[in-house]
Amino acid sequence: MDDAARLLQLVVNGAASGCIYGLIAFGFVLIYKATEMVNFAQGDIMMLGAFVAYSFIHQFGLNYWVGFGLAILVTALFGFLLDAIVLRRVIGQPQFAVVMLTLGLAFIFRAGAGLAWTYDSVGFNTPFTNKTVNLGGLVLGQDNVSILVGTLVLCGVLYLFFSRTRLGVAMQAASQNQLAAYYMGIPVRRIFSLIWAISAGVAAVAAVLLAPVSMIDVNMGFLGIKAFAAAVLGGFGSIPGAVIGGVIVGVVEQLSGYFLPPGFQDVTSNIVLLAVLILRPEGLFGKTIRKRV
Amino acid sequence: MSETLLKVSNIETFYGPIQAIRGVSIEVKQGSIVTVLGANGAGKTTILRTISGVLDAERGEVSFQGQDIGGLTPDRVMRQGICHSPEGREIFPFLSVAENLMMGSFTRSDKDEIARDLEMCYGYFPRLKERAAQRAGQLSGGEQQMLAISRALMGRPKLLLLDEPSLGLSPLLVTQIFEIVKRINRERGVAILLVEQNAHIALKTADYGYVLEVGRIVMEDSCAALMEKDDIKEFYLGQKDSGARGHRRWKKKKLWR
Repeated sequence: MDDAARLLQLVVNGAASGCIYGLIAFGFVLIYKATEMVNFAQGDIMMLGAFVAYSFIHQFGLNYWVGFGLAILVTALFGFLLDAIVLRRVIGQPQFAVVMLTLGLAFIFRAGAGLAWTYDSVGFNTPFTNKTVNLGGLVLGQDNVSILVGTLVLCGVLYLFFSRTRLGVAMQAASQNQLAAYYMGIPVRRIFSLIWAISAGVAAVAAVLLAPVSMIDVNMGFLGIKAFAAAVLGGFGSIPGAVIGGVIVGVVEQLSGYFLPPGFQDVTSNIVLLAVLILRPEGLFGKTIRKRV
Repeated sequence: MSETLLKVSNIETFYGPIQAIRGVSIEVKQGSIVTVLGANGAGKTTILRTISGVLDAERGEVSFQGQDIGGLTPDRVMRQGICHSPEGREIFPFLSVAENLMMGSFTRSDKDEIARDLEMCYGYFPRLKERAAQRAGQLSGGEQQMLAISRALMGRPKLLLLDEPSLGLSPLLVTQIFEIVKRINRERGVAILLVEQNAHIALKTADYGYVLEVGRIVMEDSCAALMEKDDIKEFYLGQKDSGARGHRRWKKKKLWR
């Protein structure tokens, strides 16, 4: 019984950090589907979101929820401008240019955050820090539970947005057939910038949810590597796949940290990535349906 | 007929270094159906793309309702009232049929009118109503063509650009679709610029026609007159009159007169 409870706790902890990977992976996939660009700066956009939230909540002393909302808005605006000013110009260039550009941007973001804020680790208080909830004998940290609940709510909201609203469907349309979307009068460029804004906003949500569990510093963006593994595991074209892939990576990581010798925890995401690429390169949820010509 | 809706004057369009259109002028009058005939690679699609703003003409002008629309992006051109049903249908494969049609009315906000237009499209093509919830990628070629035309209609165009609606369809379906195209023109008063390889059906449907060869207009006239020209009969309609001995002894040249 004790072992079972322990195991369950590990799974919940793993799923919680997995949700964070999943949310970042969501950003990867969303941008990739729409513009066929892989944004290697996604993790660092999350880092910026974390610092923005730190500013609002800790430095300006705003209410947690107000700061949360403002951080999402500011980061989303940043994503929008990033596309409108920089990345729009490399559409149609070779993939390599995009990879180099986003990797370079990631460096700039890290250095910029270090200058603008600090190179030290910081944190801020959240309503969930150091509290526990007791679910029928299972004691869980509220921080982890808040991550799980937050991710579920966010996924629900995003699902409704993409399937029910005109703008959301237009984003799908623009991803599927850019030319036809233009013919429908959809302002495709602005839609792509909005997709970047959503990706950045989701990264900011991930950052704030992560805050009670982890410190904020300029290198937290390297989480993006694990998120990349999650996106590949999910099939890199499937949004639910990205989130589920993230959860799987997170759980595997926690379990290997418990059962395997020390040091394995940090490499498991890479092992998962390699295993997926060797065994099932199209990912768990890769789309096999092709467009009829 | 009434006033000019679209006026394309002397456009020249390039794909990189290759000149696809070498000075083409076309006029579409309010409420008429105009067709551009031509073989593969003559530049028919290029003309439509230039009008839509996907390609920019190097020289020449495109004006719609007296306004220059030459430099506009495709989404701005559409907002002027030109809807495009592109070659190869270009539907959104992973959206449902209903969502595809909803995208056609993306620029409009008048809910009641949109609902009415949706019913109108379902009236023209009942098949689409049956399949409204299905993914558009799973439709047959003919159904996809119906969807592409309906989707363009949902934008409530003043001018509808139809690019090869007969492509890949059975002869029966082609006849049906062109009958509906004619009905749309008559009932809704929508002007149509139709680009076709199938000269037979295009000449029967349209009022006025242009013949395009290698980027140039070689002949233009009302469709009734075009159907009587020898060169059209010979090279586009495939009718041959046999010589005195029952077979022809030389290859005819196009004269374009």
